[in-house]
Amino acid sequence: MNQLLYTRFELLRTVRNRRFFILSFGFPLIIYLLVAAPNRHVHDIDGTGLSAPLYFMIGWASFGTMNAMVACGARIAAERQAGWTRQLRISPLSPRAYLRTKVLTAYMMALISLLVLYVAGASLGVSLSAGGWLGMTGLIIVGLIPFAALGITLGHLFTPDSIGPAMGGGVALLGLLGGTFFPLGHHGFLPELAQYLPSYWLVQASHVGAGGHGWPAKGWIVIAAWTLVLSAAAIRAYRRDTGRV
Amino acid sequence: MSERIELRGLEKSFRGPQGPIRAVRGVDVGIARGETVALLGPNGAGKSTTIDMLLGLLAPDAGSVSVFGRAPQQAIARGAIGAMLQTGGLIRDLSVRELVEMIASLYPKPLAVAEVLELTGIDGIAAQRTQKLSGGQTQRVRFALALVSNPELLVLDEPTVALDVEGRRDFWTTMREFAARGKTVLFATHYLEEADAYADRAVLMANGRIVADGPTNEIKAMVGSRTIRATLPGAELAALRALPGVSGAERRGEAIVLRCADSDAAILALLAAHPQARDIEIAAAGLEQAFLELTSEDPAGEAEAQAAAKALGA
Repeated sequence: MNQLLYTRFELLRTVRNRRFFILSFGFPLIIYLLVAAPNRHVHDIDGTGLSAPLYFMIGWASFGTMNAMVACGARIAAERQAGWTRQLRISPLSPRAYLRTKVLTAYMMALISLLVLYVAGASLGVSLSAGGWLGMTGLIIVGLIPFAALGITLGHLFTPDSIGPAMGGGVALLGLLGGTFFPLGHHGFLPELAQYLPSYWLVQASHVGAGGHGWPAKGWIVIAAWTLVLSAAAIRAYRRDTGRV
Repeated sequence: MSERIELRGLEKSFRGPQGPIRAVRGVDVGIARGETVALLGPNGAGKSTTIDMLLGLLAPDAGSVSVFGRAPQQAIARGAIGAMLQTGGLIRDLSVRELVEMIASLYPKPLAVAEVLELTGIDGIAAQRTQKLSGGQTQRVRFALALVSNPELLVLDEPTVALDVEGRRDFWTTMREFAARGKTVLFATHYLEEADAYADRAVLMANGRIVADGPTNEIKAMVGSRTIRATLPGAELAALRALPGVSGAERRGEAIVLRCADSDAAILALLAAHPQARDIEIAAAGLEQAFLELTSEDPAGEAEAQAAAKALGA
């Protein structure tokens, strides 16, 4: 049995889905360039201590990677509707391996999305140490775990017709409230609320890149809590779905 | 390791708008390794539900399933079962060959992909993307996916529904070749002809129960029979039953109805013995009608069905 080969074909399928592939990277890239280029000389945007090109780079990278992770749900929903999930359930591929492949594929898309934004950021003058780039990327990879669970949950709850708005709306809301699109400032309810969202901590990874500290304990706890809750939801949704099919 | 597939006391109900629907009500079947068995029955008989339970896709309300001594999930994890389900499409963005390779990679001892492509007649479309196939081509690819796993047990749920006449013939030829390798095959169908031509044994299902189980020629004689109806006052039923080709006789007023395994022999014998017979009608008792007779709610019919089932060793 060779699950590597299975994963390879799964990656191949994702890359061949050209429209999906190009749009997932193109959309955050274009908005980033539109927003960050006019502000390329802003060294401290809204008191965050981060330059505008760096802040928006991580903001739009967060948006792109969140979408890439949640998109695994759309593929699950499509395979459920096609009856392909049943076909796999009568094969030796375990549900665990199936989901692992979906998450791996999502991570590959997320990393490409990240890379595209990094290159764009560098072209606008973002210059970090090697340790800064790597530390930031590491935190983002960890911060994306709850989004993988979210994708799996949505994939088992929704049909291919209805999952689009659920995914798009969910990610946009989390992005908006987490400071993905613009800094939230330091006062009031929104910055307070944001600290309990996984999207907020994705954006905060940018501080490591700028030579600052990684997440405080609160960040790790919030990400861990979202991971636990959404994983439980994913397992529940999976069981409910396959019990009925 | 057990050499048999055993379904014992299987029951399954579904929730319906007017209360529970008892899709399967006590199914017992044993299949020996190497047998080719047809699960025959009209739509709604419970064939697919039974197959879903055999494959572990559905948990039975009661009863047990054992595939060569293992629970279905264990047998599947070992790659012992290949199946072509009644419904289901393919995933897109892969070529036919890649899709077959992808599935083959999941099994411990798959058949060679090239061999399977040829066997199922899809080597000509191996490079095509799966989303560009016709219905018949899709069905052939699904068959290839079931075969490439090189299973001990091949399960086919109404496999020829989307195929044209030529496609059907090719399909069954391939199935026979595969079965000849000592494999066990179970296929569901509602065509008596398919069961008769391609299975060693047929299990008849109706209303969630098994109503007969035996070699296909016996099943065919039983349900593929013709009836002769004639006006023949005063004939002895016992004598009519003894005529060649006649398997049953009953009286309806002045008329008699003979159920015939061989209606040609029966009509000659009937006219020889009773030249006064009038208003003769010979009709094919279709599968549906045969099922109705076997499963009719009146006690006589029920008893007859049970007797028939018993006679065939069910």
